Amino acid sequence: MNPEVTAGAVPAVAMRSITKRFPGVLANDSVDFEAREGEVHALLGENGAGKSTLASILTGLYRPDAGDIEIYGRRVEFHSPRDAMAAGVSMVHQHFRLAASLTVADNIVLGHQAAPWLRASPRTIESQVTDLARRYRMPVNPTARIWQLSVGEQQRVEILKSLYRGARILILDEPTSLLTPQEADDLFETLRRMTAEGRTIVFVSHKLEELMAVSDRVTVLRGGRVVGTVETKSTTPPQLARMMVGREVVFAQSKEAHRMEGGEVVLELRGISADGDLGIKAVNDVSLAIKAGEIVGIAGVSGNGQRELAEAISGARRRSAGDVIVDGRSLRNGDPEDAIARGIAHVPEDRLGTGVSPSLSVADNLILKSHRRAPIATRGILRRQRIAANAKQLMSRFSVSAPGPDTPTRLLSGGNVQKVVLARELSSRPRAIVAANPTRGLDVGATESVRELLIKAAAGGVGILLISEDLDEVLALADRIAVIYEGRIAGVVPRDEADVQRIGLMMAGAPA
Amino acid sequence: MRIQRRLTTPRWLVVAVPVASLIAAFAAAAIVLLIAGKDPGATYARLFDRAFIAPGAITSTLITATPLLFTGLAAAAAFRMRLWNIGGEGQLYLGAVGASGAGLFLRDQPPAVIIAGMVGGGLAAGAAWSSIPGVLKAYFKTNEIITSLMLNYVAGLLLTYLIFDSRSFWRELGTFSARAFPQGKQLPDAATWPTFDLGVAVIPFGFLLGLIAALGLWLFYRSTSFGFQARVLGDSPSAARYAGIKTRRVVVAMMALSGALAGVGGASEIGDFRHVLDPRGLQQAGFGYAGIVVAALARYNPFAVAVVAFLLGGLANAGYSLQGPDFPAGLVGVLQGMILFFALGGELLLRYRVSFRARLAAAPS
Ligand SMILES: Nc1ncnc2c1ncn2[C@@H]1O[C@H](COP(=O)(O)OP(=O)(O)O)[C@@H](O)[C@H]1O
Ligand SMILES: [Mg+2]
Repeated sequence: MNPEVTAGAVPAVAMRSITKRFPGVLANDSVDFEAREGEVHALLGENGAGKSTLASILTGLYRPDAGDIEIYGRRVEFHSPRDAMAAGVSMVHQHFRLAASLTVADNIVLGHQAAPWLRASPRTIESQVTDLARRYRMPVNPTARIWQLSVGEQQRVEILKSLYRGARILILDEPTSLLTPQEADDLFETLRRMTAEGRTIVFVSHKLEELMAVSDRVTVLRGGRVVGTVETKSTTPPQLARMMVGREVVFAQSKEAHRMEGGEVVLELRGISADGDLGIKAVNDVSLAIKAGEIVGIAGVSGNGQRELAEAISGARRRSAGDVIVDGRSLRNGDPEDAIARGIAHVPEDRLGTGVSPSLSVADNLILKSHRRAPIATRGILRRQRIAANAKQLMSRFSVSAPGPDTPTRLLSGGNVQKVVLARELSSRPRAIVAANPTRGLDVGATESVRELLIKAAAGGVGILLISEDLDEVLALADRIAVIYEGRIAGVVPRDEADVQRIGLMMAGAPA
Repeated sequence: MRIQRRLTTPRWLVVAVPVASLIAAFAAAAIVLLIAGKDPGATYARLFDRAFIAPGAITSTLITATPLLFTGLAAAAAFRMRLWNIGGEGQLYLGAVGASGAGLFLRDQPPAVIIAGMVGGGLAAGAAWSSIPGVLKAYFKTNEIITSLMLNYVAGLLLTYLIFDSRSFWRELGTFSARAFPQGKQLPDAATWPTFDLGVAVIPFGFLLGLIAALGLWLFYRSTSFGFQARVLGDSPSAARYAGIKTRRVVVAMMALSGALAGVGGASEIGDFRHVLDPRGLQQAGFGYAGIVVAALARYNPFAVAVVAFLLGGLANAGYSLQGPDFPAGLVGVLQGMILFFALGGELLLRYRVSFRARLAAAPS
């Protein structure tokens, strides 16, 4: 974005032959990475490619097993994020590290001041914060407490915190994953202002469109290695995708939108409400009807009641009001067994802790819900041959790749764990499926196959409620899109009338 | 040196570590013996002889091993699903109370009825006692470690009360000496559990029962729907709820099962050995707590529990019979402590990989 940057100058960041090994994986394998002063340099790669690891090494959170780092041409060795900060390097993490009960201003100065008794007056800090916020167009109230802020605002606080401490090199790890489309645009605007001042941004992401919009150059990682570095201007999304995945990728996988007129309703939510873990209402009077063969998407920013809604339907959470009706009959409240028996399949958000029992074998996890019934069990005794046959059949049908059916499920990759969940849920011949963020954290290949399975299930007459924080996913798969905001359905639109701008506004709480 | 968490534990290590801890414990205790001026070789030879070789040694070892086998299974059954029932001690006392009560009550019945009654009485009393922490955990979310531990003291006081502080059904009140020195009522001869002479050794009925229980527990976890539910719940409570498993019911039932096993251990102690409810003897033996060690060394495998119970039973048995001026008092206690110490140290090797190698040359700066 900054034409004055000269290629020959000393790079702001130079990492050479960085190697980092974790038990069982080589997360970074002789990685070379350079970012010029004043550029937005994107770090692209699938989940598990080693992006966060490389970023954590650059900020002193991990120490590399081998390799070295230069900042503005000076050799550095960081032992902690504090060392990195002193050299002007700071990171905004995928998961924020803010103290929820303190104010914005407190969080910004927290841990920065040399000694508490040298503390600047709160008034001074607040005006400094306000100035910074204005300069970078990141409106935020310095006296607000963190817990009162939206996710987007919290991210601004993280960025301001880095700037306040004089960061010249800022690393953002998947910064848009929790933002609405408008918030993401605002963030890009802020980043441009920062690079115009000569700051350097390392922008970690696996979303191609946003990289194309925001970056000057892209370095692609695959399996811990650098595939290459390219100028954004002279590349295309398909080329980047090929570098990232190592093969051609089928784009824009989507379902034929079909108008469901007169199809029978398989799952109906009638005014359901439920409390969250803290006893505060998380789902508020939600009503929806899902027809056979239809995919209804629920879009929304994370934390607006999506998880609680899924649990209230599947019985894992008690409803404080309302009914879930399957084939005309209401489900027992707070009883997952009833929901299972009545044909409600559930692909939970937390796949490794909830969707499967992590230490149990793949074969055992494939009977997680059918272990009490014939043919898997007769008179309370498990039929081992049938369990093995079931595992063999499902693993090949859903192409689960694992060393064997007896492998503990936690040793599988995320995509294969999700395939185990889907194999079990889809093979139970459900009437309806509630799928919560079914592709989150999966690589492109696994995402493709999960989406394909859902589309196929819908084609087979199953009604699907797809709850996803990935708006592109909802737009690609759903026949109708409902937007959830603070536990309420803010509006429902058919896909062919869907407008990203309008949906984005609804996600942010603006009236439909 | 680098220590890294293991993702999987190789099978051979699971066996090698406990065996190595046993050997290390004996080696360490040998040093203690040398310092004390004893010959470790000769001492260990006597110990081994009294535990497994001398005439009748195997039978006494088995009698000592039986309650250990049951309390070990009780701990293994619960710990396997991360239910920390450490109330085996109290559940064993209650089992002894139930079994001796049944034996006394059924005194005029044929032996088979008496013995069946004793087993049932021990089982029911142990299960009832452990259901208390089970219900408290399932319905009130109390910590079972604390409640089951505290109930051990309550059970100990109950034993004392029944024999020393009351005119209970269990207390002998008929003889003059018993009125001066309180003691329990002797069970009828028909309540003595049978033994089976295999030529090489005489096997007590209780040990046989224990082996059957071990097989049963193994089958329970491996091949029943209910055992499957217990495994899921132990591994991931949220996956269990998601799968529609009635988690409270499983917790209560598994605590009851664990207590029932310990209770039968108490019954075996009455039927095989004591034939009387003896508060002091039961409390000194500490079989309930030792069962936790047995289960840990056996890594919760029921068959390994039987092997470990046999070995530790032999050690305890030899300790009893060798007590005297020429045998180092406390050696058995030292050995038991060392075994536990090394076994816990060995855990580290099972969970973590320790490697010794030069660090990659750090870049000069
Ligand atoms: N702290 C850690 N311990 C063990 N393995 C890790 C750790 N952090 C990352 N990994 C592994 O390193 C690889 C790269 O992870 P990461 O850098 O987080 O990828 P990305 O951010 O590109 O998704 C993955 O296989 C991941 O499982
Ligand atoms: Mg990452």
